[in-house]
Amino acid sequence: MSETVRARPEVERREEAAVPPVAARSTRTPLGWWRNPWRRPHILATATWMYLAWSLLPVLIAIAISFNSGRSNSIWQGFSTQWWWGHPSFDPSGALFVSPELHAALIQSLRLSFLTMFIAVPLGVAFAIGISRWRGPAPAGANFLMLFSFVIPEIIIGISMFLFFTYLLKFVHLGTWAQLVSLVTYQVSYPVIIVRARLLSIGKEYEEAATDLGASPTQAVRRVLLPLLYPAILVSFVLVFADTIDDFITVRYLSGGASTEPLSVKIYNFSRGTLTPAINAAATFLLFSTLVIALLGVFLYRRITSGQRGKSQEMADYLT
Amino acid sequence: MVVLFLLPFYVVVSIAFGTVDPVFQSPLPVYEPWFWTSKYLAQEWHFVVGEFRPVELRTLVYVVLATAVCLAIAYAVAYYVARFGGKRKGLFLTLLIAPFFISYLMRMLSWVELLQPNGYVNSVLTFLHITPHPINWLAGVPFTVVIGLVYGYIPYMILPLYGFLDRIDQSQVEAGRDLGANPFWTFVRVTLPLSKPAILASLVIVTLPMFGDYYTNNLLSGSPKTTMFGNLLDNSMEATGQGPQAAILVLFLAVFLMIPMLYYMRETAKTQRNR
Repeated sequence: MSETVRARPEVERREEAAVPPVAARSTRTPLGWWRNPWRRPHILATATWMYLAWSLLPVLIAIAISFNSGRSNSIWQGFSTQWWWGHPSFDPSGALFVSPELHAALIQSLRLSFLTMFIAVPLGVAFAIGISRWRGPAPAGANFLMLFSFVIPEIIIGISMFLFFTYLLKFVHLGTWAQLVSLVTYQVSYPVIIVRARLLSIGKEYEEAATDLGASPTQAVRRVLLPLLYPAILVSFVLVFADTIDDFITVRYLSGGASTEPLSVKIYNFSRGTLTPAINAAATFLLFSTLVIALLGVFLYRRITSGQRGKSQEMADYLT
Repeated sequence: MVVLFLLPFYVVVSIAFGTVDPVFQSPLPVYEPWFWTSKYLAQEWHFVVGEFRPVELRTLVYVVLATAVCLAIAYAVAYYVARFGGKRKGLFLTLLIAPFFISYLMRMLSWVELLQPNGYVNSVLTFLHITPHPINWLAGVPFTVVIGLVYGYIPYMILPLYGFLDRIDQSQVEAGRDLGANPFWTFVRVTLPLSKPAILASLVIVTLPMFGDYYTNNLLSGSPKTTMFGNLLDNSMEATGQGPQAAILVLFLAVFLMIPMLYYMRETAKTQRNR
């Protein structure tokens, strides 16, 4: 606080020194426009729109290229769906839904994501409630672990899981099970963080009121606390799905062979070698499946909260 | 969960301090701490401080550069949307959240395609006569890698910053203006100090993962000229019999990243106490 008090005279002095002569303060001249303290933030606005264009336009181009009629990944050659469904006059092994390799990878992607989502989210909710009940130093440690696993590079988790399964748990063969266990371990921190934030904002009052009215602790959790947590749980479902279906780091080390590599790993492997628009189709498919889950989430969310607030504002609240 | 998270780390430590099978050259983890040897650790440590030093320094430079660019752009965008978003805030937010749902691979893939020698970036540049002939962006250009890192991680920085800047009480900013400060000094003296916790948090979220990033680099360059620490890890995983090396590098990175993490935890604890 003391710093602000000290700083104030200095700010005023600077301002007095900067007051321009009256003529220059007219907002018509370029200099006056620049000095007008109430002008609209055009520069920031331009920067923001440019950022948005920079961040999203390349993706739109990549989606368009998945419908390319030629072999090129960089130049548009006309519209076709041959990279998705194949084409009679064209070698069908390259198309996303036709090639056995890509098709198997697609199924593996969906299987891993749905399984991870339905295991990690309930587990995470239980952890979050557990941590918030726990007394003593344990929650702080658990909290640190959650945060740490959230921010450390995923490759650390990937490698330690790989060594874990190849040297200690030798009976778990690399493949779907190993992938699933590590994905759940990594993804569980999402629901924990989101649900804990929600728990903190709910407070203990509702639950106490429920127990006062004669509910058992289990009933209080099941019939009062959980419905209050539904929005947070939904957001967790969507985020875990989106993150799992895109994951290629952990999963790549733990896929025992080409047969258990999901689509994301295939995309990564192909991106380093020969690219065809089928890879764009694969990436677009991942994007659309995430979008479907997200829209489903938004729809259910509206049903639950009966549309009190805008979806993006709410989503942002959870992500930040 | 704690078991699943800590046990793998224990295996890593055991392999790092363990021995190597003399016949197959495969690592033999030693699980009893009292039998741990530092023989292979010392041998590999030699690499960490010797041969790998240029890579470590390069990683540091790339990460610092990319983080700085990220922060500059992210702060401007978050600040604009939080303060001047107005009626369009919902639209802005949807567009800012969109990258979260677009796979990282997809976003990198689109740049790989744009930056091809015959891609659209080069055709625009040659069309505008900025460069006489197409540039091979993907052949180990450090600029491409750094910008790629920025592109990959910036969404994770904008949202936390936005979330915080949006909650700043506008009356404090107005007070600054009322007291005679111009927009610039109001920003420097009021908004910036207020948003320090958010800046710290977003730095942690963005910088720590960058240290282990190998895929951005592999996709956008793949040349040994731009190798980063994450590539060392990835390479040691792909080579057989490099278990101990991978374990030691992982250990090194994890311990290294603990430092900023602990600093961050201490800082947040401090601000919470002051509140």
